[in-house]
Order: sequence, then structure tokens, then C-alpha cells
Amino acid sequence: MTIEMLGARILSPYFGGSLSVWGSIITIFMLALACGYLIGGRLSMNKPNPVTYAMFFIAAAAFSLPIILFADAIMEPIFLWIDDPRYGSLFASIFMYFIPTSILGMISPYSVRLLVETQEHSGQMAGQLFFVSTIGSAAGTLGTSFYFVLWFEVNQILWGSVIALIASGCCVLLVNYLLNGSKSSNRVSAYEKQS
Amino acid sequence: MKSNRNSFTALITLSLIMLSQLSSSFAETLHEERSLYRDITVTEIGNRRCLLFNVHRGDRNQTCIYTDDLDRLVFDYTRMSFAGLLLAPNPQRILIIGLGGGTLPLAFNDLFPTAEIDVLEIDQAVVNVAEEYFYFEENDQMKVTVEDGRVFIKRAGMRNQKFDYIVLDAFSGDYIPEHMLTEEFLEEVKSIMTDDGVLVANTFSTSRLYDHESVTYQRVFGEFFNFKLPTSGNRIIIAQLDTLPPRGELVTEAQSMAVKLEKFGVPLLEYPRRLSTRVDWDMSRRILTDQFSPGNLLQEN
Repeated sequence: MTIEMLGARILSPYFGGSLSVWGSIITIFMLALACGYLIGGRLSMNKPNPVTYAMFFIAAAAFSLPIILFADAIMEPIFLWIDDPRYGSLFASIFMYFIPTSILGMISPYSVRLLVETQEHSGQMAGQLFFVSTIGSAAGTLGTSFYFVLWFEVNQILWGSVIALIASGCCVLLVNYLLNGSKSSNRVSAYEKQS
Repeated sequence: MKSNRNSFTALITLSLIMLSQLSSSFAETLHEERSLYRDITVTEIGNRRCLLFNVHRGDRNQTCIYTDDLDRLVFDYTRMSFAGLLLAPNPQRILIIGLGGGTLPLAFNDLFPTAEIDVLEIDQAVVNVAEEYFYFEENDQMKVTVEDGRVFIKRAGMRNQKFDYIVLDAFSGDYIPEHMLTEEFLEEVKSIMTDDGVLVANTFSTSRLYDHESVTYQRVFGEFFNFKLPTSGNRIIIAQLDTLPPRGELVTEAQSMAVKLEKFGVPLLEYPRRLSTRVDWDMSRRILTDQFSPGNLLQEN
């Protein structure tokens, strides 16, 4: 959500601040999450393990880097190519946000798979997971729009998110290592909220 | 019985008279609309018709006209936007960002009939209201584009278009387009200005934003004229690529232009002494950039 809130700010120098720019961003985030859920769920069928799980965080961080490093290089050709800022912002959102967001979307279903031990508890587990992740989203939205933009530069906030993602991935790996690869997944839900 | 009826009729007549008097001293709402960006209201009090944005949140009038004297400009800040003429007396390519009721472009079109005027407005609904209630009309010389100001300016820069008079009036209303406050934006504006062109920006005179904005303009343009009137809450920034002319030149220019501006009610002769280059802001404030531009948050403090 932090990235989504900053998304409009990043696009506005090229595509303006009209309502359609927000529309583009939200659309692409929703579609990316939808794909992420599907793929994450699919991947969880295949020997689910905390290492793969940790990789989601790290991959999301890695694919967020272009937003920081190459935003202008991505937006400029799109700006030149597409006259209408509605479609310009839509394509820019696809190129910048789709991949990292869909990877973040994979985390939720994969978490469910790792955390659920019995069928009876699956609903409760999923509920708790959605609770934590949605609270995290709310915190990210509020923190970014109320305070972070007042204190930091956009790229500094993005770096913060990248570091948080990498740290989360590393925590998962560490916990997994400490518990020696056994039933280690109890704590992972705590990291979910970073998304 | 009959006398009763008579007094009843009299009472009605009396209340009708009172009502009609009330309505002439209170605002009559001509039009209300919720557009994509704001609530738009058009009211009329006596001979004064006004466009208001977000009236429920206590916004000020955007544009007013006198229905019996369409040329005369009602607000100080609209009149103040002509102060740029002291530096660029004969503009031929004019860009106005923010239409409002359209009084400013109409006045420019009237003053400089051969000048090409581009007006940018993000909200189609504002264009409709300006045409319907404020006598605004496009013509061969003057056209409106419904687009975000920054997008237009970036493209104009790529097409190598130049303007010699740019009015930036996108900041009235309670949401500030933060991407049009930044150093990068002002650089883009600079790139579409002719060498002797002038930028007239209607900006904020209160709140922390005043300092941030001032240091940003200073970074991009160097010294600029800060134009404030005791009767107005607005501050107009007047910037140029060239070094600013001495006051004597402004006075001479004012003397030769003043008559032309009389019918709009612009007291041009009073303006030169109000244009100041004195730094009255906190120079240590952070410059606004595309990376750091929390204009809406800064305004509240």
C-alpha cells in the first residue's frame, strides 16, 4: 500500500494528477494482486516450504528496485509513445508496478498453506492472516499519506519498503534455519503485514 | 369576516414584498454540480455572479463577475495577474493554467486580440460552467484544452513551443496539485518561456507553504518579484528568465499601459511600488521537488 500511495506521486510529473491516474494505479494493483493470488495458490501445491516463501519477499524487493532506479527511463518513452495520459499512466503502472505487486500477492495464499495444519483451522488461520495483512495495508496507507511524505523523499520511502521486504525475507530464512527446517511456519504470519 | 380576509391578503402581500427584498440581498443559487474534482456552485447576489468550489467546506469564491459590467474584474488577484505586463507589455503567445470563470483569458483576448491564448483546465465541468454562466467563449485566437497543466507543459516543451506570458492559476481551491509546485515543474515551465517572457503565478501567502514555495522559485528563477496587496490574501510571483528590470522601467511601462487596463478596473499605476524583491521567507526551508512535495500537508500548518 505504501508503494500504491506513492504510485500516483511518481506518475504525476508525466501523466498529471487527474482522477484517471489514480484509476490506472488502483486497476493495475488489483489485477496484479489477483494474478499473484492465483499463482501463489498454485505454487503452494508444490512442496510448500519457507525458503520459497522467503524468496517471495526478496523477489518483490528486487522487482521494486526499477521503480526507484529507472522510473524516468520507463515513463519517458511511454509518455512519448502515448498521447492520452489515461492510457499512458495505465501502461506506466503495468511496467512499474505489476510484477512486484503480483509477487506480493503470492504471499497471502502461500502463507495460508504454510500456516494451516488442519482443515478445521483453515478458516480461522486465513481470517487471521487477512486481518494482519489488511491492518498492515492500512498502516502503510496512513503512514505514507499522513507522515512519510512530509518527512522523506519518495525514493527514501521506497528504499524503506525494499529494506523491510528484504528484512522480512531474511527473518523467515533465519527462523526456518533456527528451527532446523522443521515445522517452522508459526511465526511467518508476523511478516506478512509488510506487503 | 371581510376585514379578516383583507388583513390576510395584506399579510401575504407584505410577506411577498419582504421575500423579494430578502432574495435580492441573499445569494441565489443558479447552478450546483458535483464534478469529478470538486463541487461547483454558481451564485448570484444582486449584480454579482460568482463561481464557488467546494462551498460546503467554506471555500472562497473562485471567480466573480458583475453582470452589468462584464469587463470589470472583481477580485484583486485577477487584476494582479496583469502586473506581468509591466515586464512583458505585448504578449503574443499566452498560456493560462486554470480557467475558473474565464474572466482572465477573456480580458487578455480583449486586450491583445492578435495574441494566441491557450487555456488549460483539468475539469471539463468548469469549462461548461464558464461558458454557460460567465460568458466565456473559445474563438480562433483562444482555445481551452482539458488537460493537466503539467502534462501539457511537458509536451509543449518537447514540441519546442514557447510562450511569452504564462499565468499559473491552478492553486485556488482547497486541493493543491502538488506536482505543479516542484522544482522540476518550474524547470519545465522555464523551458517553454521565451527569453523575454514572464511567468505570473498566483500562489499562497500564508502557511508554511509560502516559505517552501518561495525558496523553490528562487532556486529556479533566481530573484523574482513578490507582489502582495494589503487588500488581498494572495501573493503573486512574477518571474522572468532575464534579470528583473529596475523599478523606473516598471513605472514607465505602467504609465503607458494604464489607460488600456482602466475598463477592467486594474489600477496598474499602483502596482510598480508593490513589486518587491525583498526576501521575507525562511530561506532554510526545503525546496519542493518531485521527490518531496507534501503541499497539501504543509498548507495546514
